[in-house]
Amino acid sequence: MKIHNTTGGRIFDAANYVFLALIGIVTLLPFVYVFAGSFATEAEITRRAFFVWPEQFTLGSYEYIFSTPAFTRALITTILVTAVGTLVQLAFTVTMAYPLAKKMLRGRKLILSLVVFAMVFSGGMIPTFLLVKDLGLLNSYWALILPAAINPFSLIIIKNFFQELPAELEESAKMDGATEIGILWRILLPLSKPVLATFALFYAVGIWNDFMSPLLYLSDNSRWTLQMYLRQVTAASDLLGTGNVDPNYIPPEQGIKFAVIVVATLPILVFYPFLQKHFAKGMLIGSVKG
Amino acid sequence: MAAPVVEAEASGRAATRPPARERKNGRFSVHFAHYKWLYLLLLPGVLYFAVFRYGPMYGVSIAFKDYVPFLGVNGSQWVGTQHFEDFFSNPDFPRLLGNTLILAFLNLGIAFPLTIVLALLLNEVRLSILKRTVQTLVYIPHFLSWTIVASLSFLLFALDIGPLFQFLNGVMGTNIDFLSDPAWFRPLIVLQEIWKNTGWGTIIFLAALATVDQDQYEAAIIDGAGRFRRVWHITLPGIRSTIIVMLILAIGQMLNTGFEQIYLMTNALNRDVADVFDTYVYFVGITQGAYSYSTAVGLFKSLVGLVLIFGTNWLAKRFNQSGLF
Repeated sequence: MKIHNTTGGRIFDAANYVFLALIGIVTLLPFVYVFAGSFATEAEITRRAFFVWPEQFTLGSYEYIFSTPAFTRALITTILVTAVGTLVQLAFTVTMAYPLAKKMLRGRKLILSLVVFAMVFSGGMIPTFLLVKDLGLLNSYWALILPAAINPFSLIIIKNFFQELPAELEESAKMDGATEIGILWRILLPLSKPVLATFALFYAVGIWNDFMSPLLYLSDNSRWTLQMYLRQVTAASDLLGTGNVDPNYIPPEQGIKFAVIVVATLPILVFYPFLQKHFAKGMLIGSVKG
Repeated sequence: MAAPVVEAEASGRAATRPPARERKNGRFSVHFAHYKWLYLLLLPGVLYFAVFRYGPMYGVSIAFKDYVPFLGVNGSQWVGTQHFEDFFSNPDFPRLLGNTLILAFLNLGIAFPLTIVLALLLNEVRLSILKRTVQTLVYIPHFLSWTIVASLSFLLFALDIGPLFQFLNGVMGTNIDFLSDPAWFRPLIVLQEIWKNTGWGTIIFLAALATVDQDQYEAAIIDGAGRFRRVWHITLPGIRSTIIVMLILAIGQMLNTGFEQIYLMTNALNRDVADVFDTYVYFVGITQGAYSYSTAVGLFKSLVGLVLIFGTNWLAKRFNQSGLF
C-alpha cells in the first residue's frame, strides 16, 4: 500500500525519526560512558563529567582488576557455574519435557497441572532458603543451579515442540529397536537444536545475571559470583547500610568500577544478536497457550 | 477340585473379571514395563518439582509455627495465626502495602503507556533500517542484570562526581543527592524500569500492530483523515484488546515489585519508602532470623498474588479468549 504523504505527514516523519534515533542513543549512553571511562585515567574521569572517548587511552583499570584475586576468582567461578548450570538445567528440562509430550503417559495431566500451579505459586523465599540450608547446599554452587533447574514456561514450550514433531520419525526408529532414550538422543535432540540453543541461552543469561541466589546462599565472600563482586565494588560504602559491610572498606577508584561493569556486561553483548532474534520469538510464543 | 468351580459359578461376574484394583495394576505393570525408559526420563524432573517447588510449599507451614532450626519444620510448635496477627497489627504492614502499591501504580501509569507510545512511534517508521536499528538498541537493557542497572545508576547519579549530578548542578545549580534522598527513590526505580524494559515491552504491541487491517487506512486516507486521526481512530482501536489484556496481566503481577531491583537500590536512608514485601521478607527473615514471621509475610503476599493472577487471567480470557493458561 502506498501512503500519499502530506506536508504535515512529512514533518511528523522527520520529527519521529529524529526522536526515535535520540531514544536509541540515550538508551546506549550510560553504557558508552562506562565503556569509555574504563579505558581512561582516573584523573580524566574526575576532571571530565561525561565523555564518550578518552583523551588518554589506558588499560590500567583492566590490569588492576585482572590482578585482583577476588575479581578473577569471581569471574572464573561465574563462567564455570554458568556453563555447568546451563547444561544441568537444560538436561533436567529436556528429559522431563520428552515423556510429558507422550499422550499415553499415565499421570501426565496431573504432573502438568502441578507444573502449572508451581508457575503461579511458590513456597517463597524463606522456606526455599531453609530447604537449601537443610540440604546442606549453603555456600555450594549447586544452590545457584538446582533450585532453578526447570523453568516451567520453558518446560511447557519444549514439551509442545516435541509434541508437534511428526510421530513417524519415532515409529520407524522403534521398528529398528531403539529405546525412548535412544530416540530422544539420536533423533529428537538433533532436530531440536535451534530450540535447545534458545533455551540454553535463556538459562545461561539467567544464571549469569542472577543476584538473588548468590545473595541468599553464598555468605562466604570467597565464593562470590561476578554480580556479587560488582555490587560490592560499585555501591558506595556509606550507602550499603543494609547488609554485611566491612567497616574498613575503602571505595575503589571510578575506573575500576567501570572496568568491572564492562566485563560483567560483555558476554551479554557478545550473545546479544542471538538473544534478540530468539527471545523476541519466545516472547510471542509465551503469550500463546501452553 | 470341584469346590473352586462351584464358588466361581456362585460369584458369577467376579470369576470372569478380576477385581478392579488387580486389573488396573496388571495393566499398569505391562504399560510400565513397556514404557520404563519414559518413566525413567521423567524421574529427575518429577524429583525436582517435588523437592524444590513443592518442598518449600510444605515448608510454608512454619508460617503457622514457631520455627526453631534445631527442631525443624515438623518439630516446631504450632502457634496458629499468631504471626499474621502480629504482621497486620504492625505499622510496617500499611507502610509496605503503600510502598508496593505506589511503585506498582507508578509503573502501570508511566512505564506501561510509554511502551505503547514507543510501539506506535516505531510502527509509523517506514524506513526499515532505522526501525530495526532503534529496536536493536532499545532491546539491549532488557538482558542486563539488575546489578548492572543499579551500578550504572550509582555511577551516573553519584553525589558530586556523577555526570547527571554535575549536569544538573551546572545547568540549574541544584545539589540533588539522588541515591540517598528518599524523595528520589521512586523516580529512580521507575526510570530504571523504563530504561530496562520499555523497549522490550514493545514487541507484543508491534506484533499486534502488524495485524491491524491495512484497508481501513486507505479508506481513512480517502476520507481525508490525517496521521493522528488515523492512529486515534484505527490503530489504537485495532490493538485495544491487546492493550487491555496486557494491562490486566500487569495488574496480576502488581505485587511482584522485583526483589533484586529494590534491594539493590535500598539503603539506610531510604528504607522508609523503599521497603516492599519481598525485601522486607529478606531483611526480617534472612538478616534478622525471624523465619516464621517472615514466612507468614511472604505467604500473605503469595496468596494475594495468586488471587490477583487467577482473577486477572479470568478477566483477560473474557476480553480476548487468550489468558496465560
